[in-house]
Amino acid sequence: MKMDRRSFLSFVIGGAAGINLSPLPWKLTDDLAIWSQNWPWTPVPKDGEVTHVNSTCFLCPGGCGITVRKVEDRAVKIEGMKGHPVNDGSICILGLAGLQFLYGPSRVRTPLRRVGERGENKWEKISWEDALAEVAKNLSDLRSKNLSHTVACISGYSGGTVPGLFERFLTVYGSPNFVRTPSVKDSYELGLHLMAGVQADAGFDFENADYILSFGCGIIEGWGSPVRMFKANSRWKENGVKVVQLEPRLSNTAAKSDQWIAVTPGTEGVLALGLARVIVDESLYRREFISGYTTGFNELIQNVLKDYPPEQVSKITGVDKTTLVSLARAFASAKKPLAICGRGKGAVPESAGEVMAVLALNALVGNINQKGGVWSVPGPLSIRWPEPEMDAQAAGGMQKARIDGAGGKKYPHIRSLLHRVPDAVNSAEASPLQTLFVLESNPYYSLSDSGFVKKAWQKIPFVVSFSSYLDETAQNSDLILPNHTYLERKEDIPGVEGFHKPIVNLMKPVVTPQFNTMHAGDVIIRLAKKLGDPIGKAFPWEDTEACMEELFGDKWEELEEKGYWFNGNFEPPPLNKSFETASRKFEFMGEGFGAFYKEVIVKAPGEEAAYPLVLIPYDTPRIAGGRIANAPFLTKTVPDTVIKGKDGFVEVNPKTALSYGLSEGRYALLSTPKGSARVRVHLFEGIMPGVVAMPTGLGHAGYDTYLSGKGVNVNELMGPVEDSASGLNAAWGIRAKLSKA
Amino acid sequence: MKQDQARKYGMVIDLDKCTGCGACMVACMAENNVPFKEDESNKLDSITWMRVYQLTNGKSYPETDICYIPRPCMHCEGDHGHSPCVSVCPATATDYSIKTGIVSQIYTRCFGCRYCMGACPYHARYFNWWDPVWPNGMEKYLNPNVSPRMRGVVEKCSFCFHRYQQAMNKAFMEDRRELQENEYQTACTQACPSGAILFGDLNDPKHQVSMLAQPDSEHSGRPKNPKAFRLLERLGTNPKVYYISSREWVRRAGDNYLKNENPGKAH
Repeated sequence: MKMDRRSFLSFVIGGAAGINLSPLPWKLTDDLAIWSQNWPWTPVPKDGEVTHVNSTCFLCPGGCGITVRKVEDRAVKIEGMKGHPVNDGSICILGLAGLQFLYGPSRVRTPLRRVGERGENKWEKISWEDALAEVAKNLSDLRSKNLSHTVACISGYSGGTVPGLFERFLTVYGSPNFVRTPSVKDSYELGLHLMAGVQADAGFDFENADYILSFGCGIIEGWGSPVRMFKANSRWKENGVKVVQLEPRLSNTAAKSDQWIAVTPGTEGVLALGLARVIVDESLYRREFISGYTTGFNELIQNVLKDYPPEQVSKITGVDKTTLVSLARAFASAKKPLAICGRGKGAVPESAGEVMAVLALNALVGNINQKGGVWSVPGPLSIRWPEPEMDAQAAGGMQKARIDGAGGKKYPHIRSLLHRVPDAVNSAEASPLQTLFVLESNPYYSLSDSGFVKKAWQKIPFVVSFSSYLDETAQNSDLILPNHTYLERKEDIPGVEGFHKPIVNLMKPVVTPQFNTMHAGDVIIRLAKKLGDPIGKAFPWEDTEACMEELFGDKWEELEEKGYWFNGNFEPPPLNKSFETASRKFEFMGEGFGAFYKEVIVKAPGEEAAYPLVLIPYDTPRIAGGRIANAPFLTKTVPDTVIKGKDGFVEVNPKTALSYGLSEGRYALLSTPKGSARVRVHLFEGIMPGVVAMPTGLGHAGYDTYLSGKGVNVNELMGPVEDSASGLNAAWGIRAKLSKA
Repeated sequence: MKQDQARKYGMVIDLDKCTGCGACMVACMAENNVPFKEDESNKLDSITWMRVYQLTNGKSYPETDICYIPRPCMHCEGDHGHSPCVSVCPATATDYSIKTGIVSQIYTRCFGCRYCMGACPYHARYFNWWDPVWPNGMEKYLNPNVSPRMRGVVEKCSFCFHRYQQAMNKAFMEDRRELQENEYQTACTQACPSGAILFGDLNDPKHQVSMLAQPDSEHSGRPKNPKAFRLLERLGTNPKVYYISSREWVRRAGDNYLKNENPGKAH
């Protein structure tokens, strides 16, 4: 066939048309599209059967119920548990990010033994058998040398079975040194003990109060049980309940309150007494309550309130007299007013004087153990541990004074004084602390005056961390015995911070343990058995679950089934049975504690001449500052005026900044008597001139690269300030100075 | 079978209740497989479908005031579905659904021209400059109902559309064509501990959102509630996210109002 131009063109055009009429080009285009959309490196989450598991969040003391959505064996999302008495379906920002802890890169995956210098972060993997043998050997050596009392445990919580097992272990081993990390809960416990004579936690009937006077509490920054507080706050908005916030900085809570009154930091207690004085002077107090159920009212007026006339209070607190008087009137004339204290998240105790002043204010308006008031909430269930058998060594060790001086002659009502531990170690020739256990706590990071803490730490020969994550304390320990995370273990958590009704929550394993970790309770039981009788004998249980089952008795089944045990019908006892003081009444001024009001002001350390400013730490819901560090999701939500790159910011009032020649974003050196840090300046109109503020929870050295090294650890710039009345560390700030850098 | 009645899903956010805690942001990230980088402090490339902004009244201490304002995608209806982003997308990767009022984003169609980002007046759209990387083991928590995105595409809030699909599937299985108000809720709404975010069908007068916002269908959905406002109302984007505030300065901050203009009486 001859190929001329015409036939060539017909062939080409015909062929092209033919191919286009066939499915081929479409098929090829489609294949190409699919091929170009294959991103094999982008994970494709596997689908599967969806289930839901109920448990309890353990990331803060809030005790929220959670429902975890699972796809096959993977936990996919944490949501609030519907119908739970604390949070009823809602959840906070930290709780939502819980899976980033479970599957996160900072998990300790197996027992680790230090190989390099302490803090060098060099580890070797060891078996559980070897790890337990090492601890057992250390403990039996100390015991044989009559040094059992030099073993201590710092725990981030108490009350539940696992901290109970640790405390019991120390007891039968022969050490009184179970030290719980402090919080405002300790202050309230003390206040109620002194004034109401009860051994109870303070609970607050927020849902029924109709006027809230908050002395710096971060109601929506994580104070008490965060989700409950968020819900209460919304309820107040709906019902027109007035919230007055007293603090030097426009926090989220202050911004959301109906009235923000800036108070000179540290003088909140004086303000409470000043308000009490106005209420007394104008006879606005509840007569029936005062005359029927209290003593010491006249003594309070004569000995304390006489020193706090409005003019004087106005001078000290910086709140003008008219505001003070109208505030007192508004508070006292509300039907169910409620005053609360505990700065920020309440992670730092308040002075005995301040908590007493605030309780006295509540008593003046008669709302102790009343609807909408302050309740004393007894322990949820009367758990009775079987009496352990003590040998001579154990009894002798328990006779020794505690390392922190708590419960001794000077501070009989306080159970733990963690901030005194570094001092006790540093001031002795040989460390009075030979072996330290750390459970669910990160003292190496959170104790203030870091230089001093580090020095003490070096003197402690053997530190065992039970942390699930490589936090600063774990990094600076000798042995890490990783605990299951809260999503992998079964454990009871009695009580909810600030909650007014008795409750026990149960954490349940949502997923099987992801790594070679072990329940800290089981570790202690195994350790006790390894040490032999009589220590082993005090731990007859096979594991923690068996122990919990025995302790909870007939309540266990309900607890396991529902995930919580809740006494919703709880009412505080009637007023004539409420108080267990000697007088059976609420005591404004009692023997031995009336003088505490005198120390209502806690001073910030440092000389004003050298350090003209005052630095206050502040809490924010987007940065976890407690025993758990921030999750990557949370850090992502932190504004760029708080962290930028690795730089942390300090909030400064523009007026203050101007006087130092500092402008937005400028680098500055922030110095306090305890240390200094390079920071950047953020100008904020919402902070009192002369006061500068930094967030808690940053400046981590441990954990993962998503957090580590960002910002400044404000604890390094702070120092403890001991309230001489209670011994508690009531530091709310420190004097500081700023210079260009 | 009865024809499905068009729904118009929308949101009402009560700024008096919003505490700025950020739970909505994290709930969204956890639900929608939003990745995170080591440094997220450059907010221009930090992907947050839901972002909480902070407004201030501009006054000095102690008169200064703060308000937090969560910003999801506004799912603008524009004029008959001509949302700013939908109008400019050359790939039809984003579309306005008349059936639900949701502005979709189809990642596999998107080729990353970012016209939509330029068109969106709310900065609600984000570009994936990098492939997402989860630390080893963390991809276990990824939600199978939402596909992780890849480098080179734009993403944004979907009003948790996968939850709508699931709710509809369930309804169909039960031989229903209508959804109850609580059957389809976004992750942020569900999580918000303050109950500040409400979600529902603006076309359904019984849903809380329409009762609160009272959209005026005669005036392209402007709220009749004097305390309610929408962001950049006068731009004509016709957004489906309404805000409520009792504070006038907050309502004024919703658009660039002139001094003598009163946003409450804008229409």
